[in-house]
Amino acid sequence: MSDAAVLSIRNATKTFGQRRALDDVSLEVRKGEMIALIGPSGSGKSTLLRSISALQTIDAGPGVIVAFDGPVQENGKISPNVRRTRTRIGMIFQQFNLVGRLSLFTNVALGSLGRIGFWRAAFGLWPAETKQAAMAALHRFGVAEYATQRANTLSGGQQQRGAIARALVQKAKIILADEPVASLDPVSARRVMEILRELNQQDGLTVIVTLHQVDYALRYCRRVVALKAGRMVYDGSAEGLTRDRLIDIYGPEFEDVFWEGAPQ
Amino acid sequence: MSVQPGAIPPPPSRSLIQRAPDMLLWGGVIALLLIAFGPAEIHKLPLLWSNSDNMRQFGRDFLHPDFSDWKLYVDKMWLTIEIAMWGTFLAIVLAIPLGLLASRNMTPPWIQLPIRRVLDVVRSAPDLVIGTVFIVAVGLGPFAGVLALAVNTSGVLAKLFSEAVEAIDRGPVEGVRATGAAQLHEIIWGVIPQVAPLWTSYALYRFESNSRSATVLGLIGAGGIGQLLFDSLNAFAYTRTSAIVVVIIVAVSLIDMLSQAIRSRLM
Repeated sequence: MSDAAVLSIRNATKTFGQRRALDDVSLEVRKGEMIALIGPSGSGKSTLLRSISALQTIDAGPGVIVAFDGPVQENGKISPNVRRTRTRIGMIFQQFNLVGRLSLFTNVALGSLGRIGFWRAAFGLWPAETKQAAMAALHRFGVAEYATQRANTLSGGQQQRGAIARALVQKAKIILADEPVASLDPVSARRVMEILRELNQQDGLTVIVTLHQVDYALRYCRRVVALKAGRMVYDGSAEGLTRDRLIDIYGPEFEDVFWEGAPQ
Repeated sequence: MSVQPGAIPPPPSRSLIQRAPDMLLWGGVIALLLIAFGPAEIHKLPLLWSNSDNMRQFGRDFLHPDFSDWKLYVDKMWLTIEIAMWGTFLAIVLAIPLGLLASRNMTPPWIQLPIRRVLDVVRSAPDLVIGTVFIVAVGLGPFAGVLALAVNTSGVLAKLFSEAVEAIDRGPVEGVRATGAAQLHEIIWGVIPQVAPLWTSYALYRFESNSRSATVLGLIGAGGIGQLLFDSLNAFAYTRTSAIVVVIIVAVSLIDMLSQAIRSRLM
């Protein structure tokens, strides 16, 4: 891993039954990058992100995933120290994955589970620092007024901003966002993408975001990585993603993956 | 719509071979009922009417409940409810870890399967049998009843609890896991909030049925209103029996109504 790299995936392969979800994928991510991960449905985008936070294992073999300076998983086994690494990686999900019956505040405070004392965390005795950080994050994303409401009473956009606030309370250095806007209306989607960009540019966080909408990838990310049937087929600048390359990735119906019009 | 060429196909019909399993099943059920007719003494059905003198005496006394000892009845009824409360509480304390360990999505098969088998055994033993065992261990009295209820109910609740856990949404648990939380924290913050309403509902429901079971446990000497009921029945004191039955019905209905009100608020 080079000096500035915070994340390194080497020769990652993952098979589900007969299907190759990831096929020998290698990716180096430098600190402070904002990377869009694109590709058709089932191309392995989510599998790759979930493997980075060790929510699932990759196949045994040469594949290895290293975050910061320790392995997350290698040879098909999750590292015993994964919880320490996970505290520094915030994960944003398409379905938000907040705990519906808990208040938005509690959901955001859960971000501190990995770094406060075991029994404090078990009983929800949040330290003052956690409480302040949670409210600051909610305020920053414009959802502080919903702090006491149950998460499942909030709109998708509000829940997703809560989920990002949780990653902030976690003090994550890397944000992995798995289709963060796929379940949102266009206005909320833009809001969430702008928050992710702000976290990247102002807070210096490294962001990897999987996107269905290629125009969002081009607008918000300098570097784009494309997967197709588990293989990495493009890794380069957003500008280099020409019409021909898009047809190569998505097929002739590539215009379907644009929300606001494809490049001509 | 365009007209399709050719004849109209015949309506679906099932051949004799396709119907054979159904016929075998129903034939078997009927055969079993016929075999059981004699041993279950179903031929005594007419006695319900021919013994009408006895029934009339019984019915007359029942319509004149003797409430002179009502303080004692209420006192014993309360003792029965106290037995049910502690039996249910101890069962919940046991059922939470057992239910989690018996859930397919929480533990590997080599933990989950043996625990399920143990729960099956515990559940299949009736309260009365467990109660007699505990009477040997701790002597006659309410505590034997508490233990009997606790054992049986923990088996039932653990099974129901684990089914609720198996039906949860995996997403929020992964959301908690991704923060770097420990496994216990995942359960406390990701699993328990999702199953809490269902678990509470099941526990209340079991408390309802335990207040009934606790009455029956009086039969084997576990104290409470049940013991009083059987004593007065054995003494043919139907007017007292009737008063006790009224107390039981009122108390159990009140508990039912209260717990149903709480459960409907939870869901």
